Amino acid sequence: MSSVTAGPAGSAPARGVRRRGDRGVGRSILLHATLLCAVAVSLFPIVWLVLTSLKPRDGWLSSELEFFNQPSLDNYTRVLTETQFPTWLLNSVMVAGLTTVIGVFLASTTGYAISRFRFPGHRGVMWMLLITQMFPVAILIVPLYNLMASLGLLNQIAGLVIAYMTVAVPFCAWMMKSYFDSIPREIDQAGMVDGLTPFGTFWRVILPLARPSLAVTGFYCFMTAWGEVAYATVFMSQEEKRTLGIGLQQFVGQHWSDWGLLTASAVLIAVPAAIVFLLVQRHLVAGLTAGATKS
Amino acid sequence: MALSTGRASSTARDRTAGSGGARGQDRHQRPGPLRRVMGRHWYAWAMVAPVILVTALLIGWPLARGVYLSLTDATEATMGRTIGVNVIPSTYEFVGLDNYISILTSSLFWDKLTWTIVWTVACVALHYGLGLGLAMLLNRRVRFRSTYRLLLILPWAIPGFVSAFIWRYLYNSDYGVINGMLKAAGLGAVGWLDDPTTAKIAVVAVNVWMGVPFMMVAVLGGLQSIPGELYEAAEVDGATPWQRFRFITVPGLRTVSSTVILLGTIWTFNMFPVIFLISGGGPGSSTEILVTYAFREAFTGIRNYSGSAAWGVIILMLLVVLALVYRRALRRQGEVW
Repeated sequence: MSSVTAGPAGSAPARGVRRRGDRGVGRSILLHATLLCAVAVSLFPIVWLVLTSLKPRDGWLSSELEFFNQPSLDNYTRVLTETQFPTWLLNSVMVAGLTTVIGVFLASTTGYAISRFRFPGHRGVMWMLLITQMFPVAILIVPLYNLMASLGLLNQIAGLVIAYMTVAVPFCAWMMKSYFDSIPREIDQAGMVDGLTPFGTFWRVILPLARPSLAVTGFYCFMTAWGEVAYATVFMSQEEKRTLGIGLQQFVGQHWSDWGLLTASAVLIAVPAAIVFLLVQRHLVAGLTAGATKS
Repeated sequence: MALSTGRASSTARDRTAGSGGARGQDRHQRPGPLRRVMGRHWYAWAMVAPVILVTALLIGWPLARGVYLSLTDATEATMGRTIGVNVIPSTYEFVGLDNYISILTSSLFWDKLTWTIVWTVACVALHYGLGLGLAMLLNRRVRFRSTYRLLLILPWAIPGFVSAFIWRYLYNSDYGVINGMLKAAGLGAVGWLDDPTTAKIAVVAVNVWMGVPFMMVAVLGGLQSIPGELYEAAEVDGATPWQRFRFITVPGLRTVSSTVILLGTIWTFNMFPVIFLISGGGPGSSTEILVTYAFREAFTGIRNYSGSAAWGVIILMLLVVLALVYRRALRRQGEVW
């Protein structure tokens, strides 16, 4: 199911069926020109970021438009050796990793339960998952801050992970549900007939089938934790507990800024995320639209 | 249909239990209705339980407490706290709807609300419009289609706070490339984030840049699920491109559109990093939306917890109303959601 909407299978009919006579040359040029403009707009900030990060130490302090200016890796060495960047990176990786593992587990059991079982309270759970996605940070952050403070979880990785669960799990459970919906129920029944318990069916039969969706969910959890700023700003006040999102703000403060450091660390953060993203993006979209078109 | 499968699986289990002699024994004493419900749904509840617990503890409880705080005059000064071994008890008091009244009668709130609505409508309209346009271009037969697609979704792959920082650099009035280009073109530099109007345009532009790829890809998925035969038949019948768009594309996209527009609206309404990191709400508080304002209220200066909680409750109520109105509108069109 999930591959139908955006996978190659979906694009085939559009290519094969619509055999409208060839476009005129003029219209083709116009089409490509429009697309190229869009690509330029979408890529320019990223390209400029990379170019700036490769300039020497104070290379960003220039009001001239210059693409290259003695390219060097100076900024990168400074970020990695002279700043807290490695600490922040480690914190971010830990937080995001834990969020991903726990989030995927919780989201998949919940998604499976609301996809397969019609238990009393089923509708209530579905509504709860939908509504919690609308909660603004603003209303939860103060009580959550107080709750964390009283549990001694401020400046703790665990505290931040727990906070991210509230953001990631409802949405992921929803995505997992729509994926499980697309797996035929006969497979579950076959598992049960073979003597597996419902949980055994889920764990040994259904989860392996849902691997693409698990990857997407994991990726979503990871990105939620990787890119979050508000909770991290409030919960992690100690210097050595900061995550990347807060840490980077220090490079460009009110009174002092060093865009060389900032651009280099931004590249270091964005490149791995972008690579993983491009690997899973097809599934990501399919997972979203499957949920959207089915419900 | 869902109900029947639930039963089917449980009867399947009963059957295996009945045929396996040893397990058939506990069928002799017939359990009461409650135990039967428990027995049948035990697994479902066990699987949902962790999420229910997490949600209840981390959303339900803070929410209830947030609503309660919003009815008090709690600030940093009156909130109980522990300093070393000294426990200072809370001294805040229940003040009823005072916080709400003072917020709703302040012009600040209405200013922020107006800007938040302008921000949301502008961003979502541009997201959807541009996303639809690009998706339709990419849905044609065009060379390098997958390359274009890949390049166009790249902004989506950059973590939000990184994008925010990139753009802040581009907007920098002295060293930013945008002003650099303006100067090269012989125009004067613009202090993008120093003037309320340009700052608003600037944050909207960033959010549009970040959000279009998602819309484009979602709409593209929707477009590709519309059968090509419909277009062929329409073409045979002599429909103009506009008519094909109006009577095939638009209805075909309705489910995808309604979902992504609602999601987009909620996300944009609550969009925190773009405004917080790019303009910091400034200059003054001209680009501050409701969410960032409530955050600032709670965590800068004397922390006004009750005021911030009241803002939060108002924001939540606005969103709930929005979702209900939207849902009703969809229902009238015959959508099930």
